[in-house]
Amino acid sequence: MTDEHTPVSGGILVVGGGISGLTAALEAAEVGTDVFLVERNPYLGGRVAQLNQYFPKLCPPSCGLEINFKRIKNNRRIRVYTLTEVKDVSGSAGNFQVSLETSPRYVNNNCTGCNACVEVCPEERDNAFNFNMDKTKAIYKAHDMAFPMKYVIDMDACTKCGKCLEACKYEAIELDMEAKIFSLDVASIVWATGWNPYDASKMDKLKFGQSNAVITNMMMERLSAPNGPTEGKILRPGDNKEPESFAFVQCAGSRDENHLEYCSYICCMASLKQITYIRERYPEAKISVYYIDLRTPGKYEKFREKLMADEKITFIKGKVADIIPEADGGVTVVAENAVTGEKVQEKVDMAILATGMAPAIQTEGAALGLQMDSNGFLLGDADAGTIAAGCAKKAADVVTSNQSATAAALKAIQVLRR
Amino acid sequence: MDKKYSAYLCTGCGIGDVVDIEALSGVVSSEMGMECKTHQALCSADGRALIEGDINENGVNTVIVGACSPRVMQDEFTFGDDKITVRANLREQVAWSNPPDADKEYVQEQASDYMRMACTQAKKSELPDPYLLETVNKRILVMGGGIAGLTAAKEAAAAGYEVTLVEKSDILGGKAVNWRHSFPTKAPWTDMETPIVNDLIQAVQDADKITVKTGTEVARTSGAPGNYNVTFKGAGTKSDWDAPAKVGVDEQDAIDKGTMEDPNVGLQHYMKDNPDGEKFGAVIMATGWTPADVSEYEHLGAGKFQNVLTNAEFEKIAGQGKIVRPSDGKPVESVAFVQSPGGSEHDRDFPYCNSVTSLVALKQAQYVREDNPNGKAYILYQHMRTPGNMELFYKAAQNDDGIFMTKANVMKIEESADGSLSVAAEDTLLNENLNLNVDMVVLAAGMVPTTKDANVVNLAYRQGPALSDLDLFDGYADSHFICFPYETRRTGVYACGGVRKATTVDETIDDATGAALKAIQCFESADRGVSVHPRSGDKTYPEFFMQRCTQCKRCTEECPFGAIDDDEKGTPLPNPTRCRRCGTCMGACPERIIGFKDYNVDMIGSMVKSIEVPDDDEDKLRFVAFVCENDAYPAIDMAAMRRLGINNLVRIIPVRCLGSVNMVWIKDAMSAGMDGAILLGCQYGDDYQCHFVKGSELADKRMVNIAETMGSLGLEVERVAVKQVAINEYHKIPEIINGFVEEIIDLGPNPFKGF
Repeated sequence: MTDEHTPVSGGILVVGGGISGLTAALEAAEVGTDVFLVERNPYLGGRVAQLNQYFPKLCPPSCGLEINFKRIKNNRRIRVYTLTEVKDVSGSAGNFQVSLETSPRYVNNNCTGCNACVEVCPEERDNAFNFNMDKTKAIYKAHDMAFPMKYVIDMDACTKCGKCLEACKYEAIELDMEAKIFSLDVASIVWATGWNPYDASKMDKLKFGQSNAVITNMMMERLSAPNGPTEGKILRPGDNKEPESFAFVQCAGSRDENHLEYCSYICCMASLKQITYIRERYPEAKISVYYIDLRTPGKYEKFREKLMADEKITFIKGKVADIIPEADGGVTVVAENAVTGEKVQEKVDMAILATGMAPAIQTEGAALGLQMDSNGFLLGDADAGTIAAGCAKKAADVVTSNQSATAAALKAIQVLRR
Repeated sequence: MDKKYSAYLCTGCGIGDVVDIEALSGVVSSEMGMECKTHQALCSADGRALIEGDINENGVNTVIVGACSPRVMQDEFTFGDDKITVRANLREQVAWSNPPDADKEYVQEQASDYMRMACTQAKKSELPDPYLLETVNKRILVMGGGIAGLTAAKEAAAAGYEVTLVEKSDILGGKAVNWRHSFPTKAPWTDMETPIVNDLIQAVQDADKITVKTGTEVARTSGAPGNYNVTFKGAGTKSDWDAPAKVGVDEQDAIDKGTMEDPNVGLQHYMKDNPDGEKFGAVIMATGWTPADVSEYEHLGAGKFQNVLTNAEFEKIAGQGKIVRPSDGKPVESVAFVQSPGGSEHDRDFPYCNSVTSLVALKQAQYVREDNPNGKAYILYQHMRTPGNMELFYKAAQNDDGIFMTKANVMKIEESADGSLSVAAEDTLLNENLNLNVDMVVLAAGMVPTTKDANVVNLAYRQGPALSDLDLFDGYADSHFICFPYETRRTGVYACGGVRKATTVDETIDDATGAALKAIQCFESADRGVSVHPRSGDKTYPEFFMQRCTQCKRCTEECPFGAIDDDEKGTPLPNPTRCRRCGTCMGACPERIIGFKDYNVDMIGSMVKSIEVPDDDEDKLRFVAFVCENDAYPAIDMAAMRRLGINNLVRIIPVRCLGSVNMVWIKDAMSAGMDGAILLGCQYGDDYQCHFVKGSELADKRMVNIAETMGSLGLEVERVAVKQVAINEYHKIPEIINGFVEEIIDLGPNPFKGF
């Protein structure tokens, strides 16, 4: 149920509406618990909403999200608050008082999703959902399958020209909407605040932001998605070239003392998955993978072996030391083959940085009094009613995140029943 | 209930621009006999007040809303549990699917059919009357007393539930009791830890709500969630209550004819209820793993040389004291840990490894150093697999000069006269071949799930005693769903720990805690009379009109969740708390005796028949599309949002799953003179996307029969098609639907039109 402003007392709070938060909230609610789910973005689904496919099944994340949204719509025990952040937490396990703030959407519940506002809006903004590879209007819907299916205005781009007000037949637009502060009393809190892609521009040598040929793995997901900036065509940003050669740069930031000292868990499989995106579109493309170790354990091994049989894919054990932009828009990737000792220089049309996961909550977590490890992952203390779930706790894949989120639901319920 | 109907048409979001609302309203009132009101924004407060007014003042209890897709505005058009709302998707499927220049007459006919179908659906729909067990048992059975089982028991008890934990061996703790140390389970993730197993055992033994049975195993589990009946027996003994093997329809025929031996001779019939059994609400399967056999790798000397051990054997020695060689009892000074079988063929790890064996090697290398400050450990790997924070454990080990690690392709291991071993490896990071002389070699054997060769859960079900499709996961009791990792084809049984995948302690603890939640959720849902995932909260369930059952057994065989047992004659005995409400049984039933209160053969058949089929106009062909409501239907909505254009000769009917499509609906369509029928469902095969596992695959199989029927009627088989489409493939929707329509247009109209 998406009634955004009818709080009831009791229950548990889940912070973060990505796949882990959704899972924790739904699994708890389906036991019979009252759940509040808050999400900072104007839509639910988090990072997985940006993915084209999941490995290893190559199935679309929107399939599972659709079921989860249906579960929310059918369950009156869940209340969802989008555009909402936790401002303060006081009290203790069994009796937390949480203060929250909902930023204005500038579009109220009258919105029918008819799109008339977008058609008349004269202003544009960079589309963060697509990593700024295209633009939306100042009034926009985050993506086709956004839930709740309501528009939102980016006030940094809006000039309050009033055209959308005129176009909207349903009085859904309120340009003077204000932030709402409210509080909730809950027994326990599940922190499922997820991750951000590590900032690739921090790695000077890899030239992200300096050459259009260098993109991140998350950008690759958007380029491959049918609802992405190129409608699923993998084209080089800037000149829209159809690349003929690709290099995957593994551990771009991860396993690196200067950046992320841990392994980000998913990048090896993510890159291999993205090779299947490329292969589907460019059967002849030449692809290289520069890696330290290929972490495709267990059932992922079959996936790797299938790709290793592809003669146009080269796997090189070696960390990329440098990327040099070339005049034709491509780049040269420089690495040392760790087995042969040879220096490798390879010119490619596109380099994909397998950037890792950085915990999203960081400094805000500290401000809320949450305990974190040295890398910013939440430690959680279930006895104290503070439970960490998914990638807020550690880098993990979707399956592992959902196991941890389901576990978090039970830990949260235990506090409620103490 | 006595139904009082009222229909409402929304003219907003472009509906009023493309449809003559007055005429449409006339169709509803004259043909369907229902009052019909219109509003320019039915979802607005004012629009809903119109409906609520009729409910409160005029006793309307069945509301037909002709507006947007049922996927949106669900809260707005829900008027309480005692009211029925049926939605006609006039916005996405009519207003947004037709191009601006579409022929108005065609669009009007399309909208009229959608309203006819919705009104018919409302007439045939009843409020659900949930299935309630007489008593719901909320005790949890945990199978397995290792870290996973102990955790599941402890966590379920901490949420207030009674638990019985059964363990085959005489002591609790599983494999972990032999460990010297475990790898880290928490920040800073650098140091080995004292295994938590003893604390867990203590906690379980101290918990009032947990009953422990060691030396015990499950002979059989019969019944269903909320009402399982479990027969225990002494570990390793035989019982006449052992779970019977699966006997399919063909096998039963062979047994009856005497051409096959009955595998279940001497066992109690699978439907017999053991009066001495114990009652449970749900089952957690935490039966763990056994170390893999690596003796096939002859070049590594496994099973041949005394000082070549598996990691499990090494751990046992290390757990007992100083590490000594089996051949002569000499304390070891140097040990090579071989992570991959090597050879020149491939670079994969030993089977059943996952990432755990890399971590085990890092831990065991440190044992060598603990026991002997001058000791040397060599880890020879193809890919060091220390995902996530385990990288920090790897990094910490790299700081130890006595632990030497390299990528290496191990080619051969040979034994010297004194029992020491030489290890030859190629493709190392030293840019040269490697020859090591060591006291001992440890092979990174994997963790084979107990489900690989045994039924383990021992269900007394018509469809057999084991979980299904485990060959997809190399025998692990894993889920096929990335988003829903606890869902399997057996409701009420939740696997966790090493039986599901080779996994670390910290992951096992989460997994087991999650499994405990799912077990609790399952019987709590049964207690409320509602379904579990993916139709969670659904109060309907399949009802059988047994007088007309012909005991054909199709429903018992085809149910993806094994929810239907049967009696000696083959009459189905449904177990509603095992059921996921997909309707596969309803689709399978040739007698059409299975249905839900709000979804049944008569309802959809009547909706098909309510479509007006012009018999005098060769341009106005009619097509029906049965589409999966979970994926294909949203994809069609998205195609509409993007104005991709869908042929307006098509009438779309959402179905719970393609498995629920009864072939009679297609016959209904054809005999009504419709020209084609298309079924849109999810991808099937090994990477199936069907939430009910088998839906589109079954629909495709059933097509063989419908093709025969069509042939015998003199109709072209091309008039019926099953297509697979994923939820994000909305760009393919026009190609699929419109392409199908064009093919049939080329074929010409249904020759029986008008008869």
